[in-house]
Amino acid sequence: MKIIVCIKQVPDTAEVRINPETNTLVREGVPSIINPFDLHALEAGVLIKETMGGKVTVLTMGPPQAENALREAVSMGADEAVLLSDRAFAGSDTWATAYTLAAAIKKIGADIIFCGKQAIDGDTAQVGPETAEFLNIPHIAYVRKIEEVKEGYIRVQRLMDDGYDIVESSLPVLLTVVKELNVPRLPSLKGKMAAKKTVITKMGPSEIEADENSLGLNGSPTKVKNIFAPQSKSGRMMIDGAPEEQVSVLIEELRGLKCI
Amino acid sequence: MYIIVKPDKCSGCETCIASCPYDAISISSGVAFINEYCQLCKACLAVCPENAIVEIEDTPSSTHTLPLTDFKGVWVFAEQRGGKTASVSHELLGIGRKLSSELQTDLSAVLFGAGDSEADELIKWGADKVYLCTDTILADFNDDTYSGLLSKLISEYKPAIVLAGATPVSRSFIPRVAAKLKTGLTADCTSLEIDKKTKNLLQIRPAFGGNIMAAILCPDYRPQMATVRPRVMKKGEYDTGRTGEIIHVSADNLISRTKVLDTIKEVSELTVNLHEADVIVAGGRGLGDVKGFKLLEELAAVMGGAIGASRAAVDEGWIPYSHQVGQTGKTVCPKIYFACGISGAVQHLVGMQSSDIIIAINKNPEAPIFSVATYGIVGDLYKILPLLIKKIKEAKGL
Ligand SMILES: Cc1cc2nc3c(=O)[nH]c(=O)nc-3n(C[C@H](O)[C@H](O)[C@H](O)COP(=O)(O)OP(=O)(O)OC[C@H]3O[C@@H](n4cnc5c(N)ncnc54)[C@H](O)[C@@H]3O)c2cc1C
Ligand SMILES: Nc1ncnc2c1ncn2[C@@H]1O[C@H](COP(=O)(O)O)[C@@H](O)[C@H]1O
Repeated sequence: MKIIVCIKQVPDTAEVRINPETNTLVREGVPSIINPFDLHALEAGVLIKETMGGKVTVLTMGPPQAENALREAVSMGADEAVLLSDRAFAGSDTWATAYTLAAAIKKIGADIIFCGKQAIDGDTAQVGPETAEFLNIPHIAYVRKIEEVKEGYIRVQRLMDDGYDIVESSLPVLLTVVKELNVPRLPSLKGKMAAKKTVITKMGPSEIEADENSLGLNGSPTKVKNIFAPQSKSGRMMIDGAPEEQVSVLIEELRGLKCI
Repeated sequence: MYIIVKPDKCSGCETCIASCPYDAISISSGVAFINEYCQLCKACLAVCPENAIVEIEDTPSSTHTLPLTDFKGVWVFAEQRGGKTASVSHELLGIGRKLSSELQTDLSAVLFGAGDSEADELIKWGADKVYLCTDTILADFNDDTYSGLLSKLISEYKPAIVLAGATPVSRSFIPRVAAKLKTGLTADCTSLEIDKKTKNLLQIRPAFGGNIMAAILCPDYRPQMATVRPRVMKKGEYDTGRTGEIIHVSADNLISRTKVLDTIKEVSELTVNLHEADVIVAGGRGLGDVKGFKLLEELAAVMGGAIGASRAAVDEGWIPYSHQVGQTGKTVCPKIYFACGISGAVQHLVGMQSSDIIIAINKNPEAPIFSVATYGIVGDLYKILPLLIKKIKEAKGL
């Protein structure tokens, strides 16, 4: 099996805040991490390789520092790493990101492509399905269990709001995964050694034979107009007193709001 | 808008590098360079001592500009499961109506795999037209067939705006439509407006796990596509007297490479769909024990609500992951959210802070959950909840 796992390096969003006066982000040493969903995607790929043989390639589009995310992925079982880094990719929205990833995937070749369900910085969950469309292959989103994989065939469970669907597909296929799928492993000692030695393949627009007009900010249909701090709601109330009093006050409030 | 570094002004001091939450700045040939990770957050603008980083207001003109005026009308993709349209579709018709009157165009719904009576319902909810495909091949959701037919209809009828619910179904197949048509798609919008001057759709959405809001445009491509989470928009007016047109479309030549073999429902009586619940009673590690959820279920039963959980409660194995609310779980927006024994870590808050009323019960007065709570009760949930359940029962005459 040839497997590609798309990973994204993201800032740990828990640490990010906006300064309401300047409308800019406040960042003091916010660490960069591999998008948490992508770790489950990586684990899924490595597990398939371990049972069926093959190769896992991790792929990211990002700045030169994203190399760290790729090395970390190698320490967790990936065999090869590809970094898409170029000025031309700057300012990509999901359309341009998916276009670029798909162009690289066409060059590398794969039977199964794994993505995380969504990236925690943008939360769009669009890059996976859009990439599949550019590759003209099927995709299955929110995979929570892989039931069977064999040559040219896969059957998985897809998480839905009210339960799950069992879905089968031909290969090649792109899967986006939820965290229920597995427990990502920690880097092994052997993996850490491999990570140090791994030669990261770097690709730019010409290597992936991309159409320049479809890359980066130029190729992105959506544009960010501006950003601002979310409005905080008013009317907070702490209810004091003994439990009986607290409950009575709450009941009165809810009655007033016609909630009960 | 985009951000550039003026190389003649930049001293290469690297101050901006540390300010960037996306690691989007590096030094190249002695000056700062903003790379593809730039999310236009402007953090670097504020810190640059040389004022070498500037924001350019207009976006560079695109080489693909289409005759945008050919595209007219507002479309809502009305999702159905088991033949019934989801209530998010009625909410989308509500906002769709507003947008279409501002643009003075029609509002249409697109419905796949359901019958004429459901299409009539959509008209009552505000649609002027319904593009309906009754073919049973579309009864069950399938990415290939849904994206194939919707793309075909959009190419043929050319709407200016297409809205869909941010549900598992639409979040899975709508991106394929946007990719196929080469147009922008904005996920999880919390507000949609028409820009007075340009008549473009101004799409507001949270980014960074809700810590900031971004206004997004799709100026040079059509349709402008957006998804909206359930319960974010208000439903339109339901008018039984409203009439409209149903346009039947065929599902010819649709292929599918995936197949749904089975659909398994995993909801117990009390856990109705978290996205659609009016009331959510959520518990965290503070429950101390799996038994705590029994208490929450009692409260949920009297309030007619669903059960939510923090990640800590899920990790303890007290409740399945499908109940998890937060950054790596579900984003919910009920009328009332009870947070019981939940500290309010930011990863939890981003999934529930837009709820109308938040009631927090926690022993620790310093718990961050109180910063988003409409009503905060400092106390032991095992003392508060039984009393609360009793009083609600009394109030409701149960
Ligand atoms: C990448 C990432 C993603 C994450 N995603 C999510 C997510 O999607 N959802 C999520 O919820 N978390 C998520 N987390 C975890 C999050 O950071 C917190 O660890 C988690 O939300 C804490 O859960 P809790 O509030 O139930 O537990 P705790 O933080 O342990 O809080 C328990 C609370 O209960 C109170 N308490 C104890 N006993 C009682 C009592 N008898 N009566 C009343 N109050 C009592 C305590 O005062 C305390 O405030 C994520 C973390 C990371 C790193
Ligand atoms: N720049 C990127 N490089 C590699 N993979 C990416 C990139 N952006 C997004 N992805 C993949 O697409 C998934 C969904 O991202 P998003 O659509 O941004 O929420 C992520 O979990 C990754 O697997």
